[in-house]
Amino acid sequence: MQVLFFYLVAFVAVASGLLVVTCKSPVNSALALVNTFFCLAIFYVMLHAPFMAAIQIMVYAGAIMVLILFVIMLLNLGVETMKKTTHTVWGIVAGSLVMMLTFFFIKRGQPANISGPITNEVVESVGHTQLIGKHIFVDFLLPFEITSILLLVAIVGAVILAKKEV
Amino acid sequence: MDNLMQIAMQNVNYGSIMPSLVLCIFGMALLLINVFLPRGKTTPASWIALIGLVVTAVFAARGWGDPQFGFAGHVALDKFASFSNIIFLFSAGLTILMSDEYLQREGYPIGEYYPLILFATAGAMWMASGTDMMTIFLGLEVLSISLYILAGMFRGQLRSNEAGLKYFLLGAFSTGFLVYGIALIYGVSGTTNVADIGMYLKSHPAMLGNPMTIAGMLLISVGFLFKIGAAPFHMWAPDVYQGAPTPITAFMSAGPKAAALVAFVRILILGLDGLQGDWTSLLWVLAVLTMTVGNIIAINQTNIKRMLAYSSISHAGYALVGLVAANQIGVSGILFYMLAYTFMNLGAFAVLVLAGKKGEENLTLEGFAGFGFKRPFLGVAMSIFLISLMGIPTTAGFAGKFYIFAGAIKAGYIWLAVLGVLNSAVSLYYYLRVMVYMYFKEPAEDYGWVTLHAGAVISIIISVVGVFYLGLIPGKVMEMARMALFF
Repeated sequence: MQVLFFYLVAFVAVASGLLVVTCKSPVNSALALVNTFFCLAIFYVMLHAPFMAAIQIMVYAGAIMVLILFVIMLLNLGVETMKKTTHTVWGIVAGSLVMMLTFFFIKRGQPANISGPITNEVVESVGHTQLIGKHIFVDFLLPFEITSILLLVAIVGAVILAKKEV
Repeated sequence: MDNLMQIAMQNVNYGSIMPSLVLCIFGMALLLINVFLPRGKTTPASWIALIGLVVTAVFAARGWGDPQFGFAGHVALDKFASFSNIIFLFSAGLTILMSDEYLQREGYPIGEYYPLILFATAGAMWMASGTDMMTIFLGLEVLSISLYILAGMFRGQLRSNEAGLKYFLLGAFSTGFLVYGIALIYGVSGTTNVADIGMYLKSHPAMLGNPMTIAGMLLISVGFLFKIGAAPFHMWAPDVYQGAPTPITAFMSAGPKAAALVAFVRILILGLDGLQGDWTSLLWVLAVLTMTVGNIIAINQTNIKRMLAYSSISHAGYALVGLVAANQIGVSGILFYMLAYTFMNLGAFAVLVLAGKKGEENLTLEGFAGFGFKRPFLGVAMSIFLISLMGIPTTAGFAGKFYIFAGAIKAGYIWLAVLGVLNSAVSLYYYLRVMVYMYFKEPAEDYGWVTLHAGAVISIIISVVGVFYLGLIPGKVMEMARMALFF
């Protein structure tokens, strides 16, 4: 049952992922992307990570999608802005090559057979958010802080490049 | 189960990130101070930024002791990181010195310019001292995003816009490769800590032949080689280097390149040691390709800024030779070479800053005709930097190339060293041509007065001193570079 459900969601995820790149209108692409994000959120639920699922929907399907739609609106992208060029052919060739390589590597390669201290039972008893919090604020404290500098730099850059007069 | 939730702030150890911490504090303070400075005046901001770099240098020099570890194995402020930090500080400091008058002249006195350089340097420091893929990756992103902004900062100039956008799009793309590689390596080894990855691969040799490990190594290499500007991932470099503001081009060609190299060295030698056979054969080919492509295309250039961009590609190739050797002399040669390259390249760019006119004109070969006699000081300085870039003895460039090629020979890569030396011979042509124009050609027209601004002149003098110090008495710095090795 679970496997069946997985394949169903996976099919929808891949199909809407394909729609993102094939849709002529950027708005349709964006909506297809929302669909992909929702499918990923369902995967998180299936992996017993409801917190991640909620964050996925709130941040990606919510905030980031609104941002993307805003950009599409401000740039006023029409259907005809994307023209077919010779790049398309090469893109398809290169893309399928990369995909074949990826398939080869994933089929031949095995992930490490490692089990960490955090099993499903531990997650059930301690709680998801607590575990995530511990990881972010203890083990990955420095990357977390660096991210804040990264965002600051990005904000400064956005202001400099976008404001009317220097 | 209980001990899982015991939250102890173990090993925070601020000492291990002190240099980057100080830089970030100065950067943030400067962002605030900028608000209160009068519009169009960036000189006070540049002074504060310089003070910040000096204070940081004190802390960075104090890192030259016992290695400091912190943040649950995310950073190690060892000698390797400290030596690299000094390289970054020199490149940032020389850049800031030559920037101020340049910004005024070009009509973009933007105060945020200096904090961004400080943040970029902090990012470079996290890359050098990071011992976890996450830290290295985020440091790389802080560095890159600052550079995207700085490259595109001259909004009214089409070339600058092109540089910013091109660098951003291609850089974001290459970052994707890097993250994918990190994810695959994580999937293989179950950790993002570089040393733990190395240990895991050592204790599980079967995993080395795993296609996932090799794919991860290749993808990580693509990400870093792009940042280094190695062929065949060098396509962005000429346009970005030519379009970006000249001091930023100078900065990009030294500090960030060194940061990417240093982080690459740490990941390859500490983490992916088991795959050495694979990555040396890959880098062997790419090093030769990078040197050759950079040098051969540079021959055709008439714009000196663009020529230096291609020369910077070929110098990345020389540095990769040291990584192919992967022995003591080779890797410490990389550190030495990047320091030497910082001086000679930033010096050459400082001359370009002074010689250029508003709107980046006057940077062609014809513009430099008769330059040596009209402007004796700048002419002599430029000649010294060009001679050092060629790799003629008594200059820093020679000593650097000597150590790197010696490392390659010691590791048994004779052909690689031969190709490297042949490439240096090719590079003589286009460096000498600039000198021929400077001293043996009549100027087509009088190109007006060149003002010798104090900041740029100081950075030229520091660079000249650096070039000769490293060229005449390289022993001491080389000894330090050898002590800096972590393996």
